[in-house]
Amino acid sequence: MNWLAIWEIYSFEMARTRRTLAQSIVSPVISTVLYFVVFGSAIGSRITEVDGVSYGSFIVPGLIMLSVLTQSIANASFGIYFPRFTGTIYELLSAPISFFEIVLGYVGAAATKSIILGSIILATAGLFVPLELAHPFWMALFLVLTAITFSLFGFIIGIWADGFEKLQIIPLLIITPLAFLGGSFYSISMLPPFWQKVSLLNPVVYLISGFRWSFYEIADVSLSISLGMIGFFLAICMGIIWWIFKTGYQLKN
Amino acid sequence: MRPIISVSNLTKTYKGGFTALKNINLDIQDGEIFGLLGPNGAGKTTLISIICGIVNPGEGSITVDGHDIIRDYRATRSLIGLVPQELTTDAFETVWHTVSFSRGLYGKPKNPAHIEKVLKELSLWDKKDEKIMSLSGGMKRRVLIAKALSHEPQILFLDEPTAGVDVELRKDMWQVVRELRASGVTIILTTHYIEEAEEMADRIGVISNGEIILVEEKAELMRKLGTKQLTLELHSKLRKIPTSLKAHKLELMEEGMQLTYTYDTRGTRTGITTLLNDLSKAKIKFRDINTSQSSLEDIFVNLVKRSK
Ligand SMILES: Nc1ncnc2c1ncn2[C@@H]1O[C@H](COP(=O)(O)OP(=O)(O)O)[C@@H](O)[C@H]1O
Ligand SMILES: [Mg+2]
Repeated sequence: MNWLAIWEIYSFEMARTRRTLAQSIVSPVISTVLYFVVFGSAIGSRITEVDGVSYGSFIVPGLIMLSVLTQSIANASFGIYFPRFTGTIYELLSAPISFFEIVLGYVGAAATKSIILGSIILATAGLFVPLELAHPFWMALFLVLTAITFSLFGFIIGIWADGFEKLQIIPLLIITPLAFLGGSFYSISMLPPFWQKVSLLNPVVYLISGFRWSFYEIADVSLSISLGMIGFFLAICMGIIWWIFKTGYQLKN
Repeated sequence: MRPIISVSNLTKTYKGGFTALKNINLDIQDGEIFGLLGPNGAGKTTLISIICGIVNPGEGSITVDGHDIIRDYRATRSLIGLVPQELTTDAFETVWHTVSFSRGLYGKPKNPAHIEKVLKELSLWDKKDEKIMSLSGGMKRRVLIAKALSHEPQILFLDEPTAGVDVELRKDMWQVVRELRASGVTIILTTHYIEEAEEMADRIGVISNGEIILVEEKAELMRKLGTKQLTLELHSKLRKIPTSLKAHKLELMEEGMQLTYTYDTRGTRTGITTLLNDLSKAKIKFRDINTSQSSLEDIFVNLVKRSK
């Protein structure tokens, strides 16, 4: 393993975050606070409790997941797309590093950023509402796995995209709707039976459910199913990345 | 001696079906400066990109210092520094950061003294904290060279290094190249400028339409393929070339004031003595005489024409 190279890519990406601090940290935190104010106060005044948890507290895990999902994808996809776009990717391809190491550097950095971001949002939320953390270990595990999985997914998008438009389109058209409909702001059990069934097709439901369980021990689906689903997505993403590197898809002519 | 780079039977067809390299066989010797000369679209960049790992090879095999470029890519790529043709840089990075980054990618521990030396040699030292986007094209080219040298490569590829580059940088660059060669680094430069290959290279390979047409020591190439012109400035105007001189295939120029004799330096006999004798017999007197060697450009144009 070329650890120095992995570290070099990782710190390069982290340095890019520091330069664009407003974009990468401040803006997601602000939008979360806005969600919090709008949904928490407006809806919270009507729905006081969900499954015995105050509405304001109930939405915190979903809001964190929402940011972690979108930011993991945004960071990782941009991270690898940018060198492809400028042409500096030549250096990654001609250096004595394996594709695996490249992924480790980029995805590691993107996931780190999301985890930091998630923690900041959690701390911010703590200023507004009382929070319980029933299972800190599980909480951390869900956070880390989600950050890694969706950073991998973002990496795939960054390789697949051949324009800035394509880079935006999947997060915008698929991820954001799935995240909103994934039970960030409500419990699946509040939906009519038909829509409950449909919701179970939405992968984000499993993430949010498991993550919320680690806070309040309330869940829409069982913990093991949640974990299994994350593991499943992780495996799919790794499989696609393995294929990309085997074939040089979009990277090598 | 074992060649440092050995390309055998390399054929590369791009996805669109275009065959950019056709059965290339080429050995680069350790420590030499090899000039790969060919017109635009000949396949120079493709060949370099394959050796460096940027483009997938098609058929054939390549070894660098005895290692296969696919199986032992870590070993081969560690030895190579690449200065790409395009000015591809990280606009938002500082010079120092981007050059240090390159060293790290090659798995070399930090060595600020080496980076400093490289930046100074390339007159980049006072720019080290500037963002690359604020630099001129020539300065960006220097940054790319610095990146390639940051990890102390044994082999340096320069892909059209002087395209769009000012005279000063060209001089600096050749200075750096000479020093590198003196320290044992093998240098492969591609160019479609003849003067560049002529000035710098020890050996020259000519590539056209994806085929290596010829590989030769530069001096040998000049000797073998060079023709020379012998020009005679005449004392008085000559209306036509006398029949006694027909055999020499002379050309009458400058309204009859100049005679040009073209001879092949390949021949053991140039025919100059006989020509001078014949001229004297024909009572043609001349004021001045000079010879000129055909440039590599002429050779090159001839070769490429012949291969088409
Ligand atoms: N990615 C690619 N896909 C298809 N054709 C390509 C690609 N890259 C280069 N070519 C073609 O291959 C030929 C050789 O290109 P190149 O190696 O860049 O030549 P040179 O560097 O000698 O100018 C050109 O005709 C070019 O159009
Ligand atoms: Mg080229």
